Amino acid sequence: MTGLLGGIDPVVLVASLMVAAVPIMLAAIGELVAEKAGVLNLGVEGMMIIGAVCGFVGAVETGSPLAGFVAGAAAGAGLSLIFAGLTQLLLANQVATGLALTLFGLGLSSLIGQGYVGIKPPPTGDVPFGPLAGIPVLGTILFDHDPLVYVSVLMVAAVWAVLRFTRAGLILRAVGENHDAAHALGYPVQRVRLLAILFGGAMAGLGGATISLIRVPQWTDGITAGAGWIALAIVVFASWKPWRVLVGAYLFGGITVLQLNLQAAGARIPVEYLSMSPYLITILVLVVMSADRGRAALRAPAALGRNFHASR
Amino acid sequence: MITLERRPGPSRFWTAVTPLLAVVLTMVAGGAMFAILGKDPVVAIRTIFWDPLFHPDFAAYSRPQLLVKAAPLILIAIGLSLGFRAGIWNIGAEGQYILGAICGAAVGLGFYPTEAWYVFPLMVLAGGLGGWLWAMIPALLRTRFNSSEILVSLLLVYVAQSILSSMALGALRNPEGGGFPGSRNFASYPSGANPELVAGTGLHWGVAAACIAVIAAFVLLQRHILGFQIRLAGEAPKAARFAGVAPDRLVVLCFGISGTLAGLAGLFEVAGPAGQISIDFGSGYGFTAIIVAFLGRLNPIGILLAGLLMALTYIGGELAQFMLGLPSAAIQAFQGMLLFFLLAVDLLSNYRPRFVGPRRPA
Repeated sequence: MTGLLGGIDPVVLVASLMVAAVPIMLAAIGELVAEKAGVLNLGVEGMMIIGAVCGFVGAVETGSPLAGFVAGAAAGAGLSLIFAGLTQLLLANQVATGLALTLFGLGLSSLIGQGYVGIKPPPTGDVPFGPLAGIPVLGTILFDHDPLVYVSVLMVAAVWAVLRFTRAGLILRAVGENHDAAHALGYPVQRVRLLAILFGGAMAGLGGATISLIRVPQWTDGITAGAGWIALAIVVFASWKPWRVLVGAYLFGGITVLQLNLQAAGARIPVEYLSMSPYLITILVLVVMSADRGRAALRAPAALGRNFHASR
Repeated sequence: MITLERRPGPSRFWTAVTPLLAVVLTMVAGGAMFAILGKDPVVAIRTIFWDPLFHPDFAAYSRPQLLVKAAPLILIAIGLSLGFRAGIWNIGAEGQYILGAICGAAVGLGFYPTEAWYVFPLMVLAGGLGGWLWAMIPALLRTRFNSSEILVSLLLVYVAQSILSSMALGALRNPEGGGFPGSRNFASYPSGANPELVAGTGLHWGVAAACIAVIAAFVLLQRHILGFQIRLAGEAPKAARFAGVAPDRLVVLCFGISGTLAGLAGLFEVAGPAGQISIDFGSGYGFTAIIVAFLGRLNPIGILLAGLLMALTYIGGELAQFMLGLPSAAIQAFQGMLLFFLLAVDLLSNYRPRFVGPRRPA
């Protein structure tokens, strides 16, 4: 193990994978809520990159990272509103609309970000845990991070609790499993889905802002580099269960950090092959998770990707 | 109060009119976007849609570009449209395009400097094969392991881009290029080049291939049992199953065709207009072709027209960049907007809006 990892400190590795996982975890937990409501939004990549650029612009213009994160989430939700209008009101195909969202988002983001290339955003400080951060090993892993690391975990917990224990969560799942039955029971299918889409957009936007304000931190075109698509894959990996999103995101964060460290350590594997590894591993995981036909079909929300039109 | 009533079948009238309506709406919304960017919207729209064809100074240069840009778009979109019709989503055409270019170029560079008639045909074969193989990965993972072909094909685009930069920096780098990334240029290797066939038209072998693809797809969909099965699988999956259409076979076929065509598009591009394998060879044709396929209503003739129109926005966008200082990203956003409007007005072909007065209590 030491031969492969070279001089990489495992404690630092764990601590940095938690940071690396944040954007994908946020986007994936948002998409999970949308998919639980029966909406397949393939525009995650587009919403993330719009969140990234608007978050960056917001933070630079106001000088406050908090304003940046709010702007990023708002921008992601704003873009998702287009998706909601097209699929819920105008009954457009969800797959095609999601793709359109991504194509449009990539173009619009580089348009917005034009004057912001090469600027440093205001730094986001770590959460002050005081002496707790000084604890060896545990302090570095648990108490020495930026706030978004904790926000992302709290979000996963909140989504889990809402879906599992509340009436709202039950209605959301009912809409996603069988929209005709939910409609017959008097639940507003389209309104529930609209809210789920907006939540997904806001989370993707927040995740995007995390990339441009903390992970990188600067603005370049195409900064999300497929993170949105990986988030979509993680929802499948998680079998639509919130806590598994956390596991999937940390797993993915681990691979990303490891390959970056190997690149920096000058491993003998060429850089190009290291940088394709996260995508290859995502595909591999996707294949393993969906291999069992019967169970995969049972886990996905039954009405996923189908539009609802009340005939009367 | 407006309610929507599903039509028994898609309206033929609206199916034909909606793409035009979408283009007009996009011009209006795009004009607003250009106005926000501080450009005169009328001038911007004219520069994009009119000047490349009719401007006294630029048209001579930009008219041939129309075919050069439209050929890969049409070639890729034709392949994608078959799958989209059957509900099979290959959105990784960009990766298949890149792999086709790499495989085709590798064969050509392998023969360098042999001058022989068979070099280019072999490159074409290798290009198609490269795209086909890359498309088989998501197809087989879908049929064997039930993995989402959407996600796998898309994720493979990022892998293909990594392979591309590895090739441009390593295996295929020009040994006489002084260490700069990028392969030898095919313009200086006649046997492996895809030249302009008629000077001043932009016509190259890729354009010919695109025309053949349009005709072949038209015949396939209208006259062949496979075309019927594709349409049936998309419009009535259950009926298709009863009619003996094997879904897995259809996935492999649709991915195979679209991958091959995307690979061919990549090969014609690398041997002709692009000239060499370079890090930034992937120019997004594979993604824009998705818009072309939808704009053309997944219909071969429609795709031909849509491909030409989309090529026009590329060239017009470059012209607007040069003349008005319009950022190139604005054109990308403009193209994305077109797809939004298209999907929005699509409602009219499947549903009939009805104006209903307020309900009276019974």
